[in-house]
Amino acid sequence: MNPSLNTKYSRKDTGWRLFLKTIIARAYPRIIGQQRETSWMIFDVVMPMLGVIAYVLVYRALKAPEEYIGFVVMGGAMTAFWMNILWSMSSQLYWEKEQGNLALYIMAPNSMMAILLGMALGGMLATLMRALAVTLLGSLMFGVTYQVSDFIQLFAVFMLAMVALYGMGMMMASAFLLFGREAWHMANLAQEPIFLASGFYFPIKSLPFWVAAGASIIPLTLGMDAMRQLVFPSGFKIGFLTVSTEIAILSVLSVVFVVTAKFLLAYVEKIAVREGRLTESRR
Amino acid sequence: MKYSESWRSFRMATWLGWQIESNWTDPFLFAVYSIVKPLSGAAILVVMYSVITQGDFTNALFPYIYLGNAFYIYVGAVMTGVSWAVVDDREHYKTLKYMYIAPIRIPLYLLGRGVARFITGSIAVIITITGGVLFLHVPLNFAEINWPLFIVTLLLGVVMLAMLGLLLAGITLTVARHEGFIGEATAGALYIFSGAVFPLDVLPAWIRPLGFFMPTTYWLELLRRSLVGNVAQAFPTLAAFSNGQILGILVALSIVFGVTGALVFRRCDRIARERGLIDKTTNY
Repeated sequence: MNPSLNTKYSRKDTGWRLFLKTIIARAYPRIIGQQRETSWMIFDVVMPMLGVIAYVLVYRALKAPEEYIGFVVMGGAMTAFWMNILWSMSSQLYWEKEQGNLALYIMAPNSMMAILLGMALGGMLATLMRALAVTLLGSLMFGVTYQVSDFIQLFAVFMLAMVALYGMGMMMASAFLLFGREAWHMANLAQEPIFLASGFYFPIKSLPFWVAAGASIIPLTLGMDAMRQLVFPSGFKIGFLTVSTEIAILSVLSVVFVVTAKFLLAYVEKIAVREGRLTESRR
Repeated sequence: MKYSESWRSFRMATWLGWQIESNWTDPFLFAVYSIVKPLSGAAILVVMYSVITQGDFTNALFPYIYLGNAFYIYVGAVMTGVSWAVVDDREHYKTLKYMYIAPIRIPLYLLGRGVARFITGSIAVIITITGGVLFLHVPLNFAEINWPLFIVTLLLGVVMLAMLGLLLAGITLTVARHEGFIGEATAGALYIFSGAVFPLDVLPAWIRPLGFFMPTTYWLELLRRSLVGNVAQAFPTLAAFSNGQILGILVALSIVFGVTGALVFRRCDRIARERGLIDKTTNY
């Protein structure tokens, strides 16, 4: 018998063990691989910082109250997550298709859901580092101070916002699977309008009620609103809804998005297989 | 012969650029795409302004911010449009090497590729300004616009931005993995240093000289002055300079940056050929 077959890599994993291993394997390049390209990290921090600096200076020109500077810094940090959702979650299966990897994912005896979860987990952790760097840098540059009123609620809001957001990203990844060239444009289009509708640089309460309510479908809208209420002393004045209501809505969104992603992925994969779109490359 | 080759390179690149920019979808979705993005960018600033001033759009700072942001669309469109053509052709379509062996002039080809972005950018600028005049009381009186100054400044600025784009295209040619960030990072930095959406006096004093060295600072100032005259001149940054003086500075800086752009591109083009970077794809 070939001795190499007795190594730990020769053992066949199935079921939940294979599912977990797939998640870890797909998360690995996101967490470890991306840290190896240190210059990318610089760009990932510098690009959002340019936006943060510009908007902070606009508020300074307008002689806005100091907490608005904090709102911008927090919004700038959260843009990293939205950009990650657009370019590394939603568009990812499209890129994989362009590179020729998608067919390999489908052929391998693992769950596509595990691949998406791995992408989400890896992307979330890697982006967290960048978001922390933007927060730290912005806070130091502009002297932003924070006063957390409830750490448990803050943790709950952040985690729920992330689960819901990446659930949404998994859902969008399925839809993007059917896109050709338009995928790049669609992801590009979903930047500024979302920054506007979700109140990345101003309190969402400033928008008309129904606009803000509609924008709440994007988890970062309520996530940021709740976090602003919890970390800035005057934050509760600008709150769109109470923190507990926002936590409840984020919980519902988390479940809805993750479950929908599972069904949508299965459905879209079937369509893509039937229409022969898994290997097409429409440049 | 030279003239026809240059003109053909530019004309065909313009046509190609337009096809790439527009034919990925139907005209309606393309129009929505071209309009929604810049309008949303402007709306973010409008909401920020409105929240702090309680909707007082009569303050001189509002047209300053609004017009600066509207015309800044050209910086992203023209400058990044020219340099992005290198990324698009080399990494995405993998056709840059064919362009190099075709009987065309590469700098003019790249400049031509920027024209499509100039057209879509112009539509976005017009719609943004029209929206400002109609709904946000941007004090634009067509009878009082200094048209000759506006047209000269606009054209000069577009040429200057195209040459900056060529400079970035040159650098992009020599960079293999991070070329996608170059145009975006430069446009983002110019947004801050040119005082596009706030007077330069808001910047820390030690960093202000950088703003005074940027041609975009004078370009935006002249565009504002030609459109809303005294409103724009109310800000202290360049108040001591007349329109003629600012135009002179803009011309001089445009020549400096234009010549630098052409020289940098020529040098980088040479380096890229020597190092075999013209057809290098990284799949990044």
